[in-house]
Amino acid sequence: MRAVVTVTGKDKKGIIAEVSGFLAQKGVNVEDISQTILQEYFAMIMLVDVSGIKTELSVLAKECEELGKSIGMSIRLQHEAIFNAMHTI
Amino acid sequence: MWNKFDVLETIDMIEREHLDIRTITMGISLLPCISGTPEKTASNVYELVCRRAENIVHVAEQLAGEYGIPIVNKRVSVTPVSLICAPFPEKAIMIGQALDKAADNLGIDFLGGYSALVHKGTADYEKLFIESIPELLASTKRVCSSVNIGSSKSGINMDAVRQMGEIVKRTADLTKEQDGLGCAKLVIFANAVEDNPFMAGAFHGVGEAGCVINVGVSGPGVVKHALENIPHANLTEVAEMIKRTAFKITRTGQLIAKEAAKRLGAEFGIVDLSLAPTPVMGDSVAHILEEIGLECVGGHGTTAALAMLNDAVKKGGVMASSHVGGLSGAFIPVSEDIGMIHAAEKGLLNIDKLEAMTAVCSVGLDMIAIPGKTPASTISAIIADEAAIGMINNKTTAVRVIPVPGKDVGDTVEFGGLLGRAPIIPVNPTDSSKFIERGGRIPAPIHSNKN
Repeated sequence: MRAVVTVTGKDKKGIIAEVSGFLAQKGVNVEDISQTILQEYFAMIMLVDVSGIKTELSVLAKECEELGKSIGMSIRLQHEAIFNAMHTI
Repeated sequence: MWNKFDVLETIDMIEREHLDIRTITMGISLLPCISGTPEKTASNVYELVCRRAENIVHVAEQLAGEYGIPIVNKRVSVTPVSLICAPFPEKAIMIGQALDKAADNLGIDFLGGYSALVHKGTADYEKLFIESIPELLASTKRVCSSVNIGSSKSGINMDAVRQMGEIVKRTADLTKEQDGLGCAKLVIFANAVEDNPFMAGAFHGVGEAGCVINVGVSGPGVVKHALENIPHANLTEVAEMIKRTAFKITRTGQLIAKEAAKRLGAEFGIVDLSLAPTPVMGDSVAHILEEIGLECVGGHGTTAALAMLNDAVKKGGVMASSHVGGLSGAFIPVSEDIGMIHAAEKGLLNIDKLEAMTAVCSVGLDMIAIPGKTPASTISAIIADEAAIGMINNKTTAVRVIPVPGKDVGDTVEFGGLLGRAPIIPVNPTDSSKFIERGGRIPAPIHSNKN
């Protein structure tokens, strides 16, 4: 099962380290990362494998949101299916 | 496979443009609950609804968390209650109260189906059942009621139309402390659909399976935003853009509906893509029409723009889901749409224009506050006009008007929350009572004879 993690907010040091460290600790494997910076605005999209997580996906999503708040970024984790549904036929 | 722009587009739709799953509605057949006594039937109803829908709130929260999309309402619709209590219609209210208790226990937002289908004629037990509606709406919080009084196939039951004018008045009167709020939970339909997930008009049709999940998805803000990007496009391109956007929105609904049905052990019924506004800024159908090029909704051109919007939404939606149903189109509830509220306050949107709009949109005269002194016969005549539009055009039409007790044109009524606020708009002051008193049945139109 795969999910998409998006991290957005004002750019600062150590965002990738912080987020990927947290995900590794939760049993999430990062498969792909794409990152852009537009006028100090940081946007990172990670495709991750969540087969190894120990909690429900919705709980992990909540934890990501809380991590985001603690580092002043917006972090969302969503099941990949929503993007497939909307953007592929 | 999606790319990073697709991901950011989806997130923008949800976070900035108010894309949401407006409702997951579980339809439950109450037919197995019928028993010899009203007490036993009421307890069967309570037990069945609580058991079937036990996990609806939990599953909705789970799905919202996993997919990162808000699921605003969790609802239940049931078999028209007039059928369940046919042997004891004078005790119908017991069934309604059992449903309210079940809704409260489940933590759902609304439960629809305190309904009767009398489009061709009213049985004695239905007449008595309908008489119980005002008291039920005044004494419960979450139960919604609807009555189907006409159809393209059967014509319009004018005796029921006359009765419903009086029922609306009595409901307003019994809930006068809350400015007639009871009327916001009462819809009078022509051509009612059996799988509508939206309130207040949801009920679970007798042709449906035992337990079904219907999902309503919305997103006026998403459509408006998409149109903002093509300010100089011609209307062919505008319609195409609406279709594409509706497609994306509906796909989300299809995903959630299938998954919810699976987890709740129910059948997947339909996805209803309806642009359903809320009073929040950026979630308005009126503002889409204004983005298309009207100075203000209600002005000349409104009906044409709305017709195009409604049709393009349906076309995009049909392509995106294996089963599209319900009402699918654009809703125009005046008090729930910030653009409509402003237009009505300025006197630029009147009931005559709204009536014309209902000929081309997906429902009818919805959430319109009218003077409290409006006679029952005038309300019946408004219902008859709407039903005629539905009957002739083979579409669903509905009336949900609130004759606000003690208030008149110039006053405003505040319902709060998703129900919003509404300036009281004038109705035609002439007398229609002789027409309504005639009763009988308006025959079905010639084009209904297709067999």
